[in-house]
Amino acid sequence: MHFLLELVISLLLIIGGVFMLVGSLGLLKLPDLMTRLHAPTKATTLGIGGTLIASMLYFLATDGALSIHEVLITLFLFITAPVTAHFITKAWLHQNPAEREVLPPTGRDLGWSTFEAVPDEAREGDSPPR
Amino acid sequence: MIAYALYFGFFAVSVALLMNLWRLLVGPTVMDRVLAIDTMVINSIALIILFGIQQHSTVYFEAALLFAMFGFISTVAYCRFVLRGDVIE
Repeated sequence: MHFLLELVISLLLIIGGVFMLVGSLGLLKLPDLMTRLHAPTKATTLGIGGTLIASMLYFLATDGALSIHEVLITLFLFITAPVTAHFITKAWLHQNPAEREVLPPTGRDLGWSTFEAVPDEAREGDSPPR
Repeated sequence: MIAYALYFGFFAVSVALLMNLWRLLVGPTVMDRVLAIDTMVINSIALIILFGIQQHSTVYFEAALLFAMFGFISTVAYCRFVLRGDVIE
């Protein structure tokens, strides 16, 4: 294998490992869940991304064929990470009623949609409920 | 050189998994534990990919993809359960 390619693969593996470590260290050290949620996203995007690009380059260099599996895993993780984060924060907000007082006013007569159902008269622009 | 980078990767991911395990055991809230499990799944995917490179086999990518899918589904199921008291309504 070419030396430069080997160097790039090793660097990507090390970058991936370092970001995995950073993500979990943040999960361990940050004070509460809303800040803790921020750290593992580094592991999801840069950690997994670096490792997968390294693996893609490695199998491209050794087998000579570009495999698409890595792209599938990256794509799947990139799509699902925001959904997961949204669900976790929503569940946490509903478990901690004290968070409602901290929220700023919406400036309308409707409250935050996370906590309050949208009344029927506010749905004018939407399609009628089936 | 790749072998040493792989050793470093294994070390980093293993330490990260141990830190996640600590967060899983300590908590303090339920959602912290769910987040720790979610991060553990992500780290396991990285571990599987690193193992695939070391064994020089592409078979492990299917396992990694399955881990990604089941991790997502289980996290969403946990959150649904905490939110609604039921997974499928």
